[in-house]
Amino acid sequence: MATMQSPAADPAMKPGLDYGAAFKDACLAGIIAFLIFGLLLGYETQQTLTNQIILVPRTMLLAGVVAIVVIGRFLINLWSAHRAQTLKTAPTKTTNPLLLKLEAQAGPAFLIAAVLFPAIVIIANGELQSSRYLVDLGILLLTYVMLGWGLNVVVGLAGLLDLGYVAFYAVGAYTYALLATTLVKLPGLEWLAPWMFWICLPVSGLLAALWGVILGFPVLRLRGDYLAIVTLAFGEIIRLVLINWVDVTNGGAGISSIPRPTFFGLPFSAADNGFAATFGITFDPMHRIIFLYYVIVALAAVTFIVTLRLRRLPIGRAWEALREDEIACRSLGINTTNTKLTAFSIGAMFGGFAGCFFAARQGFISPESFVFMESAIILAIVVLGGLGSMLGVIIATMVLIGGPEMLRNVESLRLVFGSDFDPTKYRMLILGIGMVLIMIWKPRGLISTREPTVTLGKKAQAISGDFVKEGHG
Amino acid sequence: MTTLLSVRGVKTYYGSIIALKGVDIDVEEGKITTLIGANGAGKSTLMMTICGTPRAREGKITFDGKDITALPTHEIMSLSIAQSPEGRRIFPRMTVYENLQMGAAINQLAYFKEDLERVCDLFPRLRERLQQRGGTLSGGEQQMLAIARALMSRPRLLLLDEPSLGLAPLIVKQIFEIIAALNKRDGLSVFLVEQNAYHALKLAHRGYVMVNGVITLSGSGAELLERPEVRAAYLEGGRH
Repeated sequence: MATMQSPAADPAMKPGLDYGAAFKDACLAGIIAFLIFGLLLGYETQQTLTNQIILVPRTMLLAGVVAIVVIGRFLINLWSAHRAQTLKTAPTKTTNPLLLKLEAQAGPAFLIAAVLFPAIVIIANGELQSSRYLVDLGILLLTYVMLGWGLNVVVGLAGLLDLGYVAFYAVGAYTYALLATTLVKLPGLEWLAPWMFWICLPVSGLLAALWGVILGFPVLRLRGDYLAIVTLAFGEIIRLVLINWVDVTNGGAGISSIPRPTFFGLPFSAADNGFAATFGITFDPMHRIIFLYYVIVALAAVTFIVTLRLRRLPIGRAWEALREDEIACRSLGINTTNTKLTAFSIGAMFGGFAGCFFAARQGFISPESFVFMESAIILAIVVLGGLGSMLGVIIATMVLIGGPEMLRNVESLRLVFGSDFDPTKYRMLILGIGMVLIMIWKPRGLISTREPTVTLGKKAQAISGDFVKEGHG
Repeated sequence: MTTLLSVRGVKTYYGSIIALKGVDIDVEEGKITTLIGANGAGKSTLMMTICGTPRAREGKITFDGKDITALPTHEIMSLSIAQSPEGRRIFPRMTVYENLQMGAAINQLAYFKEDLERVCDLFPRLRERLQQRGGTLSGGEQQMLAIARALMSRPRLLLLDEPSLGLAPLIVKQIFEIIAALNKRDGLSVFLVEQNAYHALKLAHRGYVMVNGVITLSGSGAELLERPEVRAAYLEGGRH
């Protein structure tokens, strides 16, 4: 533990922060911002009816931007001064024990929160229909959490950089869509229709895992950048095949009217044999949304538990060892081929499950949903969350998926930027800035401490991951 | 005395460049055999060739009478051969305990508990640090961990690649004493590749000198220590 030095013991260190200098510097930044933005933002050119161009001053916008720069600069100054002080007083950085404790409790806490979420939303709203938006958002978040956990096996644990993860998501989605729409049309199989989702779910996972192995084989010898490029290409190949193999996939038009999941055989319809009628409640389309929500909660929970268990088994440890040092792994008699293939296939399997769920939820899929941007977002979730950290994936999903979604509804931004300001247009910009900030603030991801798989009764020494270099092999 | 590992006429290439030009070496059961040589002589290449990466293009390697020349690396390493690779290569973000578990992976942690006790008795420093991340250990401790990890697979033959690399003389002495003790007490066969010729030859029952991919001298450790060529090339100037 670092001994805290009192300011008196160190005469070289100034007590307190220098507010004056920070403010002066902030004002300077404000003047520069005014000079830069004065003409860029301060005036808008408008065409009048007589085709003249007139300048319309936008004083409020300009003042707002300059104010943001001044305040922002001031806060940054204060923060860096504060940081310089704390760094002087605390040369050894250990991970906050509270954070470690939180991480240990996080799994159950998040599960309880996830299970109770729809109930809270519905009680808060007083009725079912108006809670639809939030429950839908919950489904979206959990889908990305699940995808993040799946990719976490490949990138976070095994250290294999995969830029084409969305391919397995697509395989899962198309497996369900194609099987469900064709099988029910076959004579004699109509009775399967209500059970389609439950039959196709494992099939989707298995097929995606198979494709994981198929991708795995050619890239076994590759690492790092080269592996990333091949997986990127793989993702594009799958998407292009989906677009161009019109006979099977219906090309860019996609597959529509995919059967919706049922409540273990009971369809969510107003019919007499439907879910509502069977349980004697009034029919409401929200029943299906809530059911879908719990399906994805269950799928995500399964992903979480399986990954957690695998980490403690020899295979999971071998993944992590592979990430640290491949040569050392081989010298210990580990079959690196099998280790990589299992990582690829298990990661892909979770992607396949998520894809199957996605197809069943949307009822319509097209190659548009499986573009590279999706892979990039899932990878960003894993990297920003901290490679290998399950809790990090949850937090990063909240930030990266939930954050932009929340920005849609922020009205207060209009007060600053004018009434025609549309926050949705700037979502990606704000997202990008957010990612840059996280990487500056936490270069190893939000949660960079690797939780040991075995604790020996006594408390683990929590040395931050920042101090331990990544393996090289 | 039986020969545990025999290397016969092995030639290894990196692309079209020849690194080992036909090497013959015997490691006898229960003995310490050492290979010394200058930088770039091919010592580590020979060590890695025994493990199967890179492969020997010509020649034959047998372990306990079994031809292992063409076996995949992970199969060679599961034949009770263990290696402590050059540069230690411990898993930095995993704890010492997990590192040791990885060492015992090939026999499915069957004897993990007792072997853990055994290596912790051997390296008491590791017992204190079981919960600590490998990357936070000092160089000497990392080397101890690398050897301990190799011992966890219950090897008959231990391959050690430059255990003295970058360590203080006192720690080097400690590590060599432990190697000698392992050999004397448990009858472990050791094949030691070293730059530190004096220590290595003093310890070894048999030594080989490699120059530019060829074995130029061989004999008992004491014999080699007395040879003027060895003294001139590897010992004079470096006072020990």
